Amino acid sequence: MLEKALKGSPRYWGTLIGLGLLMLLGMGFWLYQLVHGLVITGMSRDVSWGFYIAQFTYLVGVAASAVMLVLPYYFHHYKQFAKMIILGEFLAIAAVSMCMGFIVVDLGQPQRMLNVMINATPHSMLFWDMCVLMGYLFLNILVGWTSLQAFKNDMAPPHWCKVLAIVSVIWAFSIHTVTAFLIAGLPGRHYFLTAVMAARFLASAFCAGPAILLLLTLLVRKLTGFDPGDKALKRLAVIITYAMCVNVFLYLCELFTAFYSNMPGHIAPIRFLFSGLDGHYELVPFMWTAVVLGLGCLVILIPTSIREKTPALVLGLIMLVISTWIDKGLALMIGGFTPNPFETVTSYLPTVPELMVSVMIFALGGIILTVLWKIAIEVRVEVEGGNLSMVPPPAESE
Amino acid sequence: MKSNRREFLKLAAVSAMGVGAARLGFLGDAPAFAGPLPTAADFEKGFKAKHWGMAVFSAKFTPELIEKCRTACHTEHNVPDIPGKKQIKWFWGASYHEAFPTEQGQFLSEDVEHREFPLLCNHCEQPMCVRVCPTQATFQRPDGIVMMDFHRCIGCRYCMAGCPFGARSFNFQDPRPFIHNFNPHYPTRMRGVVEKCDFCAERLAIGKLPVCVEAAGGALVFGDLGDENSDIRKVLREHFAIRRKPDAGTSPSVYYIL
Repeated sequence: MLEKALKGSPRYWGTLIGLGLLMLLGMGFWLYQLVHGLVITGMSRDVSWGFYIAQFTYLVGVAASAVMLVLPYYFHHYKQFAKMIILGEFLAIAAVSMCMGFIVVDLGQPQRMLNVMINATPHSMLFWDMCVLMGYLFLNILVGWTSLQAFKNDMAPPHWCKVLAIVSVIWAFSIHTVTAFLIAGLPGRHYFLTAVMAARFLASAFCAGPAILLLLTLLVRKLTGFDPGDKALKRLAVIITYAMCVNVFLYLCELFTAFYSNMPGHIAPIRFLFSGLDGHYELVPFMWTAVVLGLGCLVILIPTSIREKTPALVLGLIMLVISTWIDKGLALMIGGFTPNPFETVTSYLPTVPELMVSVMIFALGGIILTVLWKIAIEVRVEVEGGNLSMVPPPAESE
Repeated sequence: MKSNRREFLKLAAVSAMGVGAARLGFLGDAPAFAGPLPTAADFEKGFKAKHWGMAVFSAKFTPELIEKCRTACHTEHNVPDIPGKKQIKWFWGASYHEAFPTEQGQFLSEDVEHREFPLLCNHCEQPMCVRVCPTQATFQRPDGIVMMDFHRCIGCRYCMAGCPFGARSFNFQDPRPFIHNFNPHYPTRMRGVVEKCDFCAERLAIGKLPVCVEAAGGALVFGDLGDENSDIRKVLREHFAIRRKPDAGTSPSVYYIL
């Protein structure tokens, strides 16, 4: 099926070349980082994890988007998701690849990264994170590719593939849980030290990941005529809405715990994020943007009448993605490290080279995603002979 | 095996004399001091303990004394002098509020309020940095010292996130151009690895006290917390001492007498 990636419209090649150029540009900055070290980033003694790790934690969530399709499909036999599953699984491959990329660029000595395997240390969460990420990548490649191949040959996927798909559902929960545990067990980092961290990771993942998937699917539908079915899209939008409600609820739980308990350590990072601390207001505008967009997207997504109008849905999803990105892809890391262990504030904002290195990895993810989705959609078109609406009869569904 | 090691150390001592003679100008400024490397006989004098600890007579510390200890430590260990928020710190001074932020002290005695406290790695009994390190580059010795293997560290900085005391520094850049008084007896580090105070494990091995303890002239008491007859236990029996952030549960081995 790989040959499907080699032939395409000028638009397909244009996308790939554009992303490739962005990646090359970012790669230049990465080389600069390799020569000079992480000194080119805005990180410091006190804020020792920054934009890179924040993108990693955000993208772990995107990787989970497949679960919101695979779970209803395999556990509840919700057949409407049949056509979208492959897109979700391939998005997961791209997202996990980006996660790994962000970890590699964040290392001070990337050439030593195999030390994590050579000196496997089970009491370190980073070791387990490596295991679950690699496992999830492997599962998605195997399940995605095999089921697509089976579909192409007009055969049922092998039984083991179904078993692995079910394993991948449970596994997806592990990638969030372990990534949350990475930060949730650290004494002295008040913003991280919360039992709902893993639950918050799951909630934000299950809204942000599928939201990106849905936006991309709508884009693809517009560009290629590939239609995963209206019912599937609507159902996914409902799932996203529920997950976002849970996400907002869990954040409010954090606020209650911090402010009702009146524990200074727990209040300080939240105060830093929303109203500034010691004359540092860097994140205040971002946080309030996140609040407005987060609540605004609920106003759009909760009422069915508004949610089912495509332009409103797209707007709501974009608002949701920006809001959750600010929360997890920016504030979670910076808030965790501010105030520092001395309860003073060291400011952090990503530098231009840091952002450009991130662009390299996002472009890499974009290339992986474009190629994989191209293959998936071409196979669909080939098998269904241009008839892109092979949705099972309603009687079979639900 | 033992005689092999002895032979090796003898050889090392002989070659060190050669190194000492040739000034290592290419490694920065002229070495501050370049005596002979320790010999096998020195290693036989090494100090041993069940659990190393330190007591700090904080009232004896003036900013000048902290600076003296800091300079001694940083020179001994080739700690680079990097300005700004990416600096490397093994031994440094901080206010009461920075050193003991969870104490939330109000209406403090004038004296404590304006005192500067010496800070260093606490060599915790339950070190979080060791628990989180994915490669065991940070590890704890049986005698309690929390060590760093600069050659195994991958630079993930998880230990920095784990440490509740801000005792670890990361080499964001090549530290060597920032070393002004090169000490050939201690390794320099490369960029991309974490470093911190190691309780002068290399000096204890040859029967010398940590360099800050020597420089402090009695204001720091170093010894075996596992031996109830040791000097440090005597000092702690006689004076009220607190530890930094006990609520973090790491159980520091550095005690502050207020």
